[in-house]
Amino acid sequence: MNKFLTTTAMIALALAGAGVSAHAADVKEVQMLHWWTSGGEAAALNVLKQDLSKEGFAWKDVPVAGGGGDAAMTALKAMVAAGTYPTASQMLGYTVLDYAQAGVMGDLTETAKKEGWDKSVPAALQKFSVYDGKWVAAPVNVHSVNWLWINKAVMDKIGGTQPKTFDELIALLDKAKAAGVIPLALGGQNWQEATMFDSIVLSTGGPEFYKKAFNDLDEESLKSDTMKKSFDNLATIIKYVDPNFSGRDWNLATAMVIKGDALVQVMGDWAKGEFVAAKKTPDTDFLCYRFPGTDGSVVYNSDMFGMFNVPDDRKAAQVALATATLSKSFQSAFNVVKGSVPARTDVPDTDFDACGKKGIADLKAANEGGTLFGSLAQGYGAPPAIANAYKDVVSKFVHGQIKTSDEAVKQLVQAIDDAR
Amino acid sequence: MSTVATTDPVLTPRQSTGISLRGRLQDALPKIVLAPSFVITIIFVYGFIVWTAYLSFTNSKTFPSYALTGPRAYQRLWRWTFESDPPSSWYTSITNMAIFGFLYIGICLALGLFLAILLDQKIRGESVLRPIFLYPMALSFIVTGVAWKWFLDPGLGLEQTLHHFGWTSFHFDWIKNKDFVIYTVVIAGVWQASGFVMAMFLAGLRGIDGEIMKAAQIDGASSFQLYRRIVIPLLRPIFLSAFIVLAHMAIKSYDLVVALTSGGPGGSAWLPSNFMYEYTFKRNEMAVGSASAIIMLMTISAIIVPYLYSELKEKAR
Repeated sequence: MNKFLTTTAMIALALAGAGVSAHAADVKEVQMLHWWTSGGEAAALNVLKQDLSKEGFAWKDVPVAGGGGDAAMTALKAMVAAGTYPTASQMLGYTVLDYAQAGVMGDLTETAKKEGWDKSVPAALQKFSVYDGKWVAAPVNVHSVNWLWINKAVMDKIGGTQPKTFDELIALLDKAKAAGVIPLALGGQNWQEATMFDSIVLSTGGPEFYKKAFNDLDEESLKSDTMKKSFDNLATIIKYVDPNFSGRDWNLATAMVIKGDALVQVMGDWAKGEFVAAKKTPDTDFLCYRFPGTDGSVVYNSDMFGMFNVPDDRKAAQVALATATLSKSFQSAFNVVKGSVPARTDVPDTDFDACGKKGIADLKAANEGGTLFGSLAQGYGAPPAIANAYKDVVSKFVHGQIKTSDEAVKQLVQAIDDAR
Repeated sequence: MSTVATTDPVLTPRQSTGISLRGRLQDALPKIVLAPSFVITIIFVYGFIVWTAYLSFTNSKTFPSYALTGPRAYQRLWRWTFESDPPSSWYTSITNMAIFGFLYIGICLALGLFLAILLDQKIRGESVLRPIFLYPMALSFIVTGVAWKWFLDPGLGLEQTLHHFGWTSFHFDWIKNKDFVIYTVVIAGVWQASGFVMAMFLAGLRGIDGEIMKAAQIDGASSFQLYRRIVIPLLRPIFLSAFIVLAHMAIKSYDLVVALTSGGPGGSAWLPSNFMYEYTFKRNEMAVGSASAIIMLMTISAIIVPYLYSELKEKAR
C-alpha cells in the first residue's frame, strides 16, 4: 500500500510538471554541461561526482559530443536562449563575462564570502569569475600555457640541457634533428599554433610587452618591431616540425613526445595529464621547463564552472556544487589528475608531482609579482572574436598563406581592429 | 417487411447528408493535412530567412540583438572579398565553393552517366554491381570524411602503404597542403555521390523506349552517335534533377570539410557554410554570420532560379 501511494505521488508530481513541482522539495540533482570526456579528464571529474553524491546530490551530465568545447558552447547557447539553464557549465574566460552581461548567471557571493574565495583565488581569475561585484563562476583550476614538455630519454641521447634562451632552444632542436628525431611535436590546429605563439611573444618581448599587446591590445605594441621579431621566431621554430603536422590533435602530438618519436612539445599543462595517464613520471621519463625566456611569468587559462540563475529549488544543489568545487580536497585531487594547478593559492602541494609543485610555486610567485597573464590563444586575453582573429592570423602564417612577418603584423592589427 | 419499409425513408436523408459531408471532407482533407506542415514551413524556413536577414543588419554578437545598425556586416564581407591580400577566410571560402561546386557537380554527373551507360549494356551481375556503387550514398558525410582522412593521410594511408610495398618515391600529401586540400574534399564528395547519380541515370536509361534505339540503329547510327544524339538529350530531365540534388549537397556540405580536414591548414578548406557556422556560433559574430548566410542564399538563387525557370518553361511548352 505504501509503495502504491509513493508511486501515485510520483506520477502525480510528474504530471503536474515543473510549474507545480517547483514548490515541492529541492531538486537533489546537479545538471552539468562540460566537455571533459577524455580518459584523464573524466577520471578527474569523477572525484567531484563522488564528493557530491556523499552529500546526496545526483549528477547529471548534459550530453555534449566533441572534445574542443565548441559543440558544448553551441549547446549551451541554445539552452540559454530557450531559458532552460543547466545548474552549471564548464566555461572559459570571456564567455563567462558574456553570459553574465546577458544576465543569465546566478549569484554565489554569499557562499564565496563564507568560504573566503576573495582571499584564496588569484585576482587575475577573479576578473572572470566575479561580474559586477557578484561571484558568477567557480574556478576549477589554473592551467599555464608556457611550458616545454620534453622526452627525457631522447634528451639524454642527444646530450641536451635545459634551454635558457630562445637561441638555446633552437640549438637543442638542431641537435635533435641531427640525431634523426622529430625535434618539435606540434598539432596543426589554429589554437595549438596560437598557444605556442603566446609563449614565443612572452619570450621575445618580455612580460610588460605581452600584457600590453595581448591583454590591453595596445595597437602600438601590436604593430611594433618586437611583434615582428616574434613572428620571425615563430617562422624559425616552425621549421622543426614534421611535414605531416597539419590538423593533428594536441594529444597525438603529446603522444609523439611520450613515445620518443619527438623531442619536445610546447603546450599547456593539460599535456601533463597525458603523460600521467601513460604512467610516466616527471624528471625520470619526461621533463617540464618553462618556455625559455618566460621564467617567472605564467600565461594562464582556467576552467570555470559558470553558475546559472537557476530556479530556487535548484539553488541548494548549485551551492553544494560550488562549495565542493572550491574545496581544498577537490582542488588538490582534481588537479593532480588533470595536470593543472589549484585555482586557490592556499592548497598544499603535497600530493603533486615535481611539475605540479613547480607549477603551484610559479603561480603563487606570478600572482604576487603581477606577472600572471591571460592567454590570448585560450580566450583569457581578449573576447572570443578577437582571440579567433588572432588565431586565424597565426595559423595562416604557420601554413604559409601569410608569408612575411611584416604582412602578419599588418594582418593582426587589421583583424583585431575588425573584431573589436 | 413493413418495419424495414418504415425505416427506409428515415435513413435515406441521413445517408445523403452523410455522403455530402464525407464528400466535402474528402475535398478538404488534403488541405487539412497539409496545413500544419505548411505553417511550420512558413515559420521555420521562410520566417527564419527573414529573421536572419534582419539580424545581418544589427550588431548581434553572442546573442541576437534587435537594434538596427546598418549594413556593417556586409561592408566587412565586401572588403574581405575584394581587398584580401593575403586571402581572408571569407575569400578562401567562396573561391573554395566555386572550385568544389564546379568540380563536384561536373565530375559526379560525368562519372554517374558513364557508369550508368556501362551498366546499361546488359552485363552479367548488374544486380550485384548496382548496390555496390550506390551504397556510399548510405554513409553520412562524417563517415566518408573520416575514412578518406585516414586513407589520404600521408602518415597513415595510401602513401604509407605504397611505401611499405616498396614504391618509396610515391608522394601524395594533398590533404596537408593548403593549395590542394579542397581537391581532396572533391574526391571524397565524388566518391560518395556519383553512385547515386548513376542510379538516377540508370533509371532514366531504362525508361527510354527501346523502339527509338532500334529505329536509330536500323538507320545506321553508331552507338556513340546513338548516345550523343538520342539518349543524352532524352535524359535532360534527369540532368536537371541530378544537378539540383548535387548543387544543394555541394552548398550544404559542412560536415565533410570538418570530418575530412577539420578546416584544413590555416582554414584553407573552408566552405561558406563553415564560415557561417564559425562566425555565428564560435566567434560570437552573429551579424557577420547572418550576412554570409544571406549572401549564400542569394548566390544559390542567382544560379538555381534561372536554371529552373528555363528548364520548366521548356517542359511547359
